[in-house]
Amino acid sequence: MGELAAATLLAPAPLAFALGVVARLGRTEFRLPKDIYVGLSVYLLWSLGLQGGVELRHAGWGAITYPALATIGLAVLTPVTAYLVLRHAGRFSVADSAGIAAHYGSTSAVTFIAASTAARAAGLEPEGFMPTLLALIESPGIHIALAIGALGGKSEGQPAGAVLREVLTARTMVLLMGGLTVGYLMREAHWTPIAPFFDARAGAFKAVLTIFMLEMGLLAGERLGDLRRVGLFLTGFATVMPAVFGVTGTWFGHLAGLSPGGAAVLGTMAASASYIAAPPAVRVTLPEANPTYSLTAALAVTFPFNLLVGIPLYLRTATWLSA
Amino acid sequence: MQTTPLSLVTLIAEPVLEARLTSRLLALGATGFTVTECHGEGSLGRRAGDIPGAGVRIEVVAARDVADRIVEEVSRDYFQSYSVVVWLSEVAVVRGEKFVRHR
Repeated sequence: MGELAAATLLAPAPLAFALGVVARLGRTEFRLPKDIYVGLSVYLLWSLGLQGGVELRHAGWGAITYPALATIGLAVLTPVTAYLVLRHAGRFSVADSAGIAAHYGSTSAVTFIAASTAARAAGLEPEGFMPTLLALIESPGIHIALAIGALGGKSEGQPAGAVLREVLTARTMVLLMGGLTVGYLMREAHWTPIAPFFDARAGAFKAVLTIFMLEMGLLAGERLGDLRRVGLFLTGFATVMPAVFGVTGTWFGHLAGLSPGGAAVLGTMAASASYIAAPPAVRVTLPEANPTYSLTAALAVTFPFNLLVGIPLYLRTATWLSA
Repeated sequence: MQTTPLSLVTLIAEPVLEARLTSRLLALGATGFTVTECHGEGSLGRRAGDIPGAGVRIEVVAARDVADRIVEEVSRDYFQSYSVVVWLSEVAVVRGEKFVRHR
């Protein structure tokens, strides 16, 4: 596992992330201009969707049925489990537990990309249709957690149902689902000339990812200061739960017939936490939930944990399961 | 130059609230609004999303009674749960008739 970890970590993307963290700890004022950050994320998500759609057309719907079921199962399991652990073991309020669970029930596209890259580098190419599963796991977890939060008592925010449309029409969903649709409908002859620009294995994508990871590091580094407020339980939660979800997800993927690379990526999706789609949905529905808890856990603890420890762990689990 | 004395309501709020606030403003009698992106500290602090300290500044020019209704509703519905700062100022508006809704 040592060489796997080294190969995973001594790559430009994780190194850029580390640089971002160190730079922020060194009190740099530098931030990527917001529009550039958003623009890069548009590029990354659109590429994922487009390529995923093309690969889905190649693979056919039959190939994706069981993995899709496994994905939906995980999308339901993770927010509910997270909520129960936070509420009953962590003694967080209903709102805080539901808010944090909404983050952990969803996923991080960047972590997905990191996992796919790592799997590829280890010679375990994941299935090309994985972005379809990413789109599937993105939103249900948020709504389930918010519904639990709404059941828990009267809230000052908007009703949980009102936010459904907003989540489904948010940037990530439009680019992912839209990209998948366009990629699926597109003729192969159209994909060939643009593939070098959008393909996740190509240089442009990897290059953009490194700049994006630098910004992620700056964001995560910013959140490190809040760790003390977050407390020991939540910090533990933000490392242990992803590991549990990740190994479980990898196992689900294996059962659904995914290759080791695909299973590990599915596991990573279950293990990762959202910090783009979930926060506004939670803020609007459960304003009593403290955003510092969920964002610090997701950005400062879980994201680096998955990068450093989680992804190698899930890859290891996947190869062990398939042996 | 002819000007009309009117009220300017300025709201500084979390970005997630923009859609809700602006639709309420129109419902309460405002004829329009202006939104600017801003960032800062204090009440805004670290809120929802990947961009810390981000906020929106919403400005509405309206007659005093509309302004009062806006301030009242915003304080009632948002102050407790969200980061919102509101202040009123008096302005002298050119073509002031544009900002008053006629029944």
